[in-house]
Amino acid sequence: MASGDTKIPVNVITGFLGSGKTTLLRRLLASPRLANTAVLINEFGEVGLDHLLLERLDEETVVLQSGCICCTIRSDLVTAVRDLFSRRESGAIPSFDRLAVETTGLADPAPIVFTFMADPVIRHHFRLGNTIATVDAVNGPLHLDQNPESMKQVLVADRIALTKTDICDAEQTAAIKARLGRLNPSAPLIETAGGDFDPDDLLTADLYDPARKTEEVRRWLSGAEALADPKSEAGHTHSGLDVNRHSARIHAFCVVQDRPLDWIAFGIWLTMLLNRHGENVLRVKGILNVRDAPTPVVIHGVQHLIHPPTHLNAWPDGDRRSRIVFIVRDLDRATLERSLAAFSGLADAGSEAA
Amino acid sequence: MCGLCGVLGAEDHWTDAAGTTRVFGDTGAGRTRRQERLHRVAIGNKILAHYGLKLSDWQGSAYILRNRTGRQEIVPHLAALWPMAETLARTPCDPLNPAVIAAMSRSG
Repeated sequence: MASGDTKIPVNVITGFLGSGKTTLLRRLLASPRLANTAVLINEFGEVGLDHLLLERLDEETVVLQSGCICCTIRSDLVTAVRDLFSRRESGAIPSFDRLAVETTGLADPAPIVFTFMADPVIRHHFRLGNTIATVDAVNGPLHLDQNPESMKQVLVADRIALTKTDICDAEQTAAIKARLGRLNPSAPLIETAGGDFDPDDLLTADLYDPARKTEEVRRWLSGAEALADPKSEAGHTHSGLDVNRHSARIHAFCVVQDRPLDWIAFGIWLTMLLNRHGENVLRVKGILNVRDAPTPVVIHGVQHLIHPPTHLNAWPDGDRRSRIVFIVRDLDRATLERSLAAFSGLADAGSEAA
Repeated sequence: MCGLCGVLGAEDHWTDAAGTTRVFGDTGAGRTRRQERLHRVAIGNKILAHYGLKLSDWQGSAYILRNRTGRQEIVPHLAALWPMAETLARTPCDPLNPAVIAAMSRSG
């Protein structure tokens, strides 16, 4: 089995219809540093662009024939990735060192994430890197208001690529940036319109990159600090449109625990929470002060699925408290905090078995 | 797989610390794998008691969950525990339920 450091990173590129996924992908692939990237695309929509890409990538591209990756052909995704890996191993295709998966515009990226973590063969050879969501600065607000898929794509993202800022005014750009910052405060926003951006910022700097993961966690935490006075999506209006119920129910907050956490009690609590409320816990990301662990432990997950925990060699700042950023639908911060504290307390008197 | 009982090896779960020394240090956050499982059972039982359920370790590879009528089921790890607990208890196991939070505060 490949170790965590030698597994092939996978980047999921998502974004609503017409938000510039393929354009972004083409720009990323033009970078010499991403020359050894294999790409899985879906033929749904934007056929012309996708075909250009197909020709460009030749054998490294596998086209998924079904319409939608997420809902109907997760097994096709498994088959495609396994096939890609086996051709790589047999030398039939060049030894790619990264895989990019472009979703359809209407896709919920979560099932793709699940597929990569759940399949026993794939998860031993691949690991998930950053999920990137493209948001169109012109039509993004409308997509977020009217399409739950667009909202989900933003919430699941580790990076948000803001596109088409060159064809809208500064005020519109500032408004969409503020809104995205409130929705997913831990995902950096990168303007990609002019092509003047560093692909590393989108793709390679992730939680499993030993050189950059501390920086990544620091970024989450600064996003969490911005939540000190949490302004949820509720009550905001955009472009004169009322916020629909879907977006008004979603908000982000940071749960803080002063005392070191017992890892076992924490694991029981989070699995219990996700079993009952996983549909409403859209993202969870945190740095934990785990009792008897030598270094801070980092967790992150999407809905029911938690990635394998990782650690930092040192704390990113002077604060030694556990801090967990939640993006939730209809859940209350104070209740979560009380619940975690109560369940953590079970370990204090639970040393009889340890 | 165990040749005697035909049990498949337990699946990895993200909550296993003892097997993840890269993250939790050589001591697996202070516990061996066996100690970790016993600790998990002890804490799990404080919660499950609220639902009339009891958890025990099964040969270091899975857990057995029982209800008061004597029905018992094998669960491989925590992710499988809670759906089964809800089935055996015939009620949702919700850590955000104020009555559950209050009960856990008293147990701790």
